[in-house]
Amino acid sequence: MVIMPLSDHYTYWITILLMVAGLYVVIARSNLIKKLVGLAIFQTSVYLLYIAPGKLIGGTAPIASAQFSVYSNPLPHVLILTAIVVGIATLALGLALVVRIKESFNSIEEDEVLVAVHGDAMSEDGDA
Amino acid sequence: MSAEHLPVLLVVVPLLAAPLIVLFRSGRAGWLLAVLASMVSLACAIGLFVQVRGGTVISYAIGNWAPPWGIEYRVDVLNAFVLILVSGVATIVSVYARTSVISEVPSDRHYLFYAMFLLCLSGLLGMTVTDDVFNIFVFLEISSLSGYVLIALGRERRALHAAFQYLILGTIGATFYIIGVGFLYLVTGTLNIVDMAGRIQAVADHRPVLAALAFMTVGLSLKAALFPLHAWLPSAYSTAPGAVAAFMAGTATKVSLYVFIRLLFGVFGARLVLQDLPLLEALSLLSIAAMLVASLVAVMEKDLKRLLAYSSVAQIGYITLGVSLANQDGLTAAVVHLFNHGIAKAALFMLVGGAALRLGGCRLEVLAGMGQRMPLSAFCIVIAGLSLIGVPGTAGFITKWHLVLAAAEAGQWLTIVAIGASSLLAAAYVWRFVEAAYFTAPRHHGVQEVSVGMLAPAVIMTVACVYFGLDTSFTLGAAREAAELLLGAVK
Amino acid sequence: MNTAVLMPLAVSIPVVGAAAVAMLHRAPDIRESVSFLSAAAVLACVTMLLPAVLDGGRPEWVFLELMPGLPLAFRLEPLGMLFALVASVLWPVSTLYSIGYMRGNNEPHQSRFFACFAMAIACTLGIAFSANLITLFLFYELLTLVTYPLVTHHRDEESRSAGRIYLGILMGTSLTLLLVAVVSTWFLTGTTEFTPGGVLQGEISNAAIGGLLALFVFGIGKAAVMPMHRWLPAAMVAPTPVSALLHAVAVVKAGVFSVVKVIVYIFGVERISGLSSVDWLPFITGFTIVAASVVALRSDNLKRRLAYSTISQLSYVVLAAALLTPLSVIGAALHILTHAVSKITLFFAAGAIYTAAHKTKVSELDGIGLRMPWTMAAFTIGALSLIGIPPAAGFFSKWFIMLGAAEGGRWVALGVLLTSTLLNAAYFLPIIYAAYFRREAEPAHDHGEAPAPMLGAMFASTLMVLRFATGIGLLLTLTRQLVPN
Repeated sequence: MVIMPLSDHYTYWITILLMVAGLYVVIARSNLIKKLVGLAIFQTSVYLLYIAPGKLIGGTAPIASAQFSVYSNPLPHVLILTAIVVGIATLALGLALVVRIKESFNSIEEDEVLVAVHGDAMSEDGDA
Repeated sequence: MSAEHLPVLLVVVPLLAAPLIVLFRSGRAGWLLAVLASMVSLACAIGLFVQVRGGTVISYAIGNWAPPWGIEYRVDVLNAFVLILVSGVATIVSVYARTSVISEVPSDRHYLFYAMFLLCLSGLLGMTVTDDVFNIFVFLEISSLSGYVLIALGRERRALHAAFQYLILGTIGATFYIIGVGFLYLVTGTLNIVDMAGRIQAVADHRPVLAALAFMTVGLSLKAALFPLHAWLPSAYSTAPGAVAAFMAGTATKVSLYVFIRLLFGVFGARLVLQDLPLLEALSLLSIAAMLVASLVAVMEKDLKRLLAYSSVAQIGYITLGVSLANQDGLTAAVVHLFNHGIAKAALFMLVGGAALRLGGCRLEVLAGMGQRMPLSAFCIVIAGLSLIGVPGTAGFITKWHLVLAAAEAGQWLTIVAIGASSLLAAAYVWRFVEAAYFTAPRHHGVQEVSVGMLAPAVIMTVACVYFGLDTSFTLGAAREAAELLLGAVK
Repeated sequence: MNTAVLMPLAVSIPVVGAAAVAMLHRAPDIRESVSFLSAAAVLACVTMLLPAVLDGGRPEWVFLELMPGLPLAFRLEPLGMLFALVASVLWPVSTLYSIGYMRGNNEPHQSRFFACFAMAIACTLGIAFSANLITLFLFYELLTLVTYPLVTHHRDEESRSAGRIYLGILMGTSLTLLLVAVVSTWFLTGTTEFTPGGVLQGEISNAAIGGLLALFVFGIGKAAVMPMHRWLPAAMVAPTPVSALLHAVAVVKAGVFSVVKVIVYIFGVERISGLSSVDWLPFITGFTIVAASVVALRSDNLKRRLAYSTISQLSYVVLAAALLTPLSVIGAALHILTHAVSKITLFFAAGAIYTAAHKTKVSELDGIGLRMPWTMAAFTIGALSLIGIPPAAGFFSKWFIMLGAAEGGRWVALGVLLTSTLLNAAYFLPIIYAAYFRREAEPAHDHGEAPAPMLGAMFASTLMVLRFATGIGLLLTLTRQLVPN
């Protein structure tokens, strides 16, 4: 296995770092807002994954001109614009849910919320 | 409205109806618009199906930008079949939703409910009809985000947590999918499925393609709730409002599975899927695990909605088992089960939702004596349950038959044993309901059957479970053609 | 008129009748008349089909194509005709009996009972008429589901557990073993149609045939071949009319009928005779015959004794079919009929004793022959028939089976049959002796005979047992068509 030289593919290394860090935060942190932050970091890695390869070495801005023959690829930017919007919508929805959870459970720590959820389920047992 | 615009009308009508509902701000108008928009989509889907039956493929360029540069909507018999399932379930559930929503959702939010419902519908339809992998992601997220909102509208506060958990896991899944798309785009330079299928042969052994396959599989498995990535499903379906559970159980996971099947056979193709990677073996093992473990958990569940949710996980295992067998009968079983399970679960969640409203809960002790108090609902639950077991005369039997046949053709005798065992487990958990409903004395007195508004759609769906178990010309015919199409692309 | 239409008619009439009965729970007498009318109509349809089959015709009716190449269809042949006759003749008889029993014991939910009864008959006829394995499988499963409410009629804890065993074994075997057998048949041969001479030509290895046969025999749990027999004694918690018709006639006969039909029309008697891989079947059935008889001997509960006697007698049919000689196959077919009428008589008597005297145990029956002479007379005749004493019906079928065994040189089978005859005598004759010749144990509460409808039904079935010989010519013409000579 050939280890990529750090300098040549540093964007990919950063992508991997962000991806894994984001996922780690989602899994390891029990605070709901921190989970959302982790999710956002995870999604950011994807943006980098698309955009970095779009820039070609020696490529110019994607405006047609007779003087230039190599252009950077504009499509990843378009795609990532969409992905960013989706990410924002997800984050907004997630935060709204956190607000409601705070109102209902009085906590935004996952473990406490899970205990309360479990308690709800059990008390339905008792009622029934 | 000329016929050639059906593919885009299908998606655009619910998509535009949603903000219209928000403008009107009326729950009743919202409901009416939701039903109408679903019916229009169903009509479009039927119109499309009639055109593509027999092998034609409809290609529609959005905004008249020619593919592969522009986004293409491409309809063949496989996705026309799924379109009919999704829009059909949406139509029937939207009729059911009126009474269900009035009882479960605060009245100042009814119009928002219907708006989200239509957004979810248009997202699912868009996912099915488009031929552009990134467009799939966009619609996937549209349907998912509106789905999270719909689930969060459930009565208890547990619904909020279930929705949040689903949001986290669902977004991870969608992001994995988009990572896979990124790799594919890097290597092939296109986002159009048909174009990609042509270009991928040249680069099939490059590692990014294998990585893409892996990421997309994991991502779509998360959305489709394939074991062991199913953790979000039981809480989500059991705490969501009744109409939401019925709609999503019948459609959301099915569309993700459709995308998975389409990509597996339509893009990655023979060498990767059938030869290079042990993907199909792994899928087969996970499917059998899903079928057995989830059914076992369902047998021990005391809450009927959670029981049905675990049953869904098991039944999704049947679909992926058919895919993993990768022969004509296996793919036929997989495609036909998208439909058969969709209608059965929609019927069951509608019926159980109604029962929960009348009886104040859906734990089996609460449902005791339902056979006496709500005879028609209880009987329909049994009939739909028989479809889950796979009793001949119901739609589920058709799937079982083809699964066993496919396993026999592949020489996998242990798989046949697993299928039999899971049928027995299904009988066990359906019979838990039968014994609760018919063998125990009712706890509540003066409880009556649900109103016609809730009962009629549920009964129609139940009758469909039996009808499509006897007249299989539509479902089986479409599934067979779809399987031939998929296998033909792979050769 | 196209005679074939009588078949779907015969199956739909009980369904319509069931719906009518379910709605008539406020008018019990009208309800019972509806049951009788349906029974009479069905009997008429079935008897009108008889001449066509006797002549060698095979009326056919196709409903729809379930899956490509797998039609849901009816095709009537001699064995099915026989079974249909059994079911349609005994339905009105047992309806009469049920009326007496249900009213005499003040049973609840009678409308549900009679409606499910009618549905069960419809499914039984569906099995009798089926043209291929898929149709058979469909009606077989429906029969299990439709009889479940009958078995668990009392809806108490006991019937709940009995229901679990019943459904567990019957659905368990059919969903796993029988389904695989049917799919395998389709996979190996491309057809599931019942064809004279069987469908397994050529390419199927002998070992595969043995395995397939095992899947069928154990998958058809209703035939109660050990170890798939436990559901039968469990189902005895049901009211006796259920035990009488369904578990002496319809359900169990559907089981052995299916086994015989599969052996004759899927495997083909000539195709599999002489194959070593099917040798295990006579041994398993022989074991079942003897073991079940021994358990019957040791059971004090009358219905339990009769249940194990049924298990034993069912394996007579399967053994006879497994011997694969022409005479034994005819004997198997005849035994379906003779055991049905004999056993139903015995169950009628058991139910009559319970209704009139509230007794369920053999040890309590001392001297009851004097209080209930007609009932015990019927019981005696039924028992003698099962032991095999002429001119009772059972003699004729046993005779053919033993001739078949001798013809094939199957001396072990012959030995099993003789042993079992002795065991039959051992568990029936003491009951008869005690009933007539022993004094009543304690001054019992005064009771007389059973209600009139039950006596009427017993009279009818006993008559059939005794007058079997008159119908034998017709039956032989019918069953001779089963074997190629």
